[in-house]
Amino acid sequence: MKTCLVVDDSSIVRKVARRIVEALGFHVLEAEDGVEALVHCKRAMPEAILLDWNMPVMDGFQFLGTLRRMPGGDEPKVVFCTTETGIDHITRAMGGGANEYIMKPFDKDIVTAKFQEVGLIELSEETAA
Amino acid sequence: MNPTEYEYLRKFLKDSSGLDLSADKQYLIESRLLPLARKAGLPGIGELVQKLQSGSTALIASVVEAMTTNETFFFRDKVPFDHFRETIMPEVIKARAGKRSLRIWCAAGSTGQEPYSLAMCLKEMGAALTGWRVEIIATDLSQEVLEKAKSGIYSQFEVQRGLPIQMLMKYFKQNGETWQINPELRAMIQHRQLNLLHDFAQLGTFDVIFCRNVLIYFDQDTKINIFNRLARQIEPDGFLVLGAAETVVGLTDTFRPIPEKRGVYRPNDPRAAAAKPAAAGAAMPRAAVMAGR
Repeated sequence: MKTCLVVDDSSIVRKVARRIVEALGFHVLEAEDGVEALVHCKRAMPEAILLDWNMPVMDGFQFLGTLRRMPGGDEPKVVFCTTETGIDHITRAMGGGANEYIMKPFDKDIVTAKFQEVGLIELSEETAA
Repeated sequence: MNPTEYEYLRKFLKDSSGLDLSADKQYLIESRLLPLARKAGLPGIGELVQKLQSGSTALIASVVEAMTTNETFFFRDKVPFDHFRETIMPEVIKARAGKRSLRIWCAAGSTGQEPYSLAMCLKEMGAALTGWRVEIIATDLSQEVLEKAKSGIYSQFEVQRGLPIQMLMKYFKQNGETWQINPELRAMIQHRQLNLLHDFAQLGTFDVIFCRNVLIYFDQDTKINIFNRLARQIEPDGFLVLGAAETVVGLTDTFRPIPEKRGVYRPNDPRAAAAKPAAAGAAMPRAAVMAGR
């Protein structure tokens, strides 16, 4: 089973995201900020990271930079999931090594579409409909 | 449905799913939610709203689902666009290398996601089509839907369903909460109102026809009638693309499925090309010539 690390300082968002990502067949880990997320990644690299931008301690963009410099840190597919919806943020994120970008608010269809886009899940008849 | 109920549903949908309905989408809500209300044993939308207000969680989920899942997405179902890129276009490019022009018809263009997806596919092919004359005709029954398609303006919610972020960055311009597809792609498409039940011979002939997720709404005789008329508008070596739940099999022998390419069909009865003189080329002045990159 693939693992998805959900990084967000809002417990409500983590809960919503967990439900969606679990339904897609992932084992879910949670982190409240970038530092906590790095602890998880040092232990074992997840296949997927759903990443908020604005968080205390270490934000998502800083986390991404650190992750991509770690040994094996190029492996996880990183999908930003943030209220930062400006093209400048999107450009920065993609330039910084993100694989996809979700603008909040999000739902199951958006997460599914983005996970398919980066090859984390296969396109099935069910999800295609 | 009274205005208060409509406003409640609008706000509810915006808050719960990000779906952004403009002030005139009563018909959409009625058509999606009335069946759902009936299924839940409620007489109408008003009672459904009351239930939602009392916080029925199961109902909340199904209302959101009903309002959002049937929308058209960019690159809807993905696979047909892979076929378009990898199977259809290489053949069309080869077959039309002499005249360097091609015509595509989106017969259920809806709010524009499908024709714009095709336009993006063509753009991505770059040099292979430089200097070609490319026409995409997108038709739909509803004038309102066509206006939206023409504007090329989509909500944040819509641009995240099926559209890769790289494509969004490349082909759209952000304007507050909305995104507009760039003028060059908009210029590739002609939008026209058309009822598939009526004569469409005046559109001319096409190399590729996308007619997806619309025939499912018609009865069998109507489907057969439409297939037979589509066959007259497609080049003998052209391609027809249908939706995942649609097929010609058992209905008509004017088209045959391509094995291994689900949803892609070719005309069976190759008419002499001479019988159809240069078709509509002259009647369609707004073809976009693909610019080099």
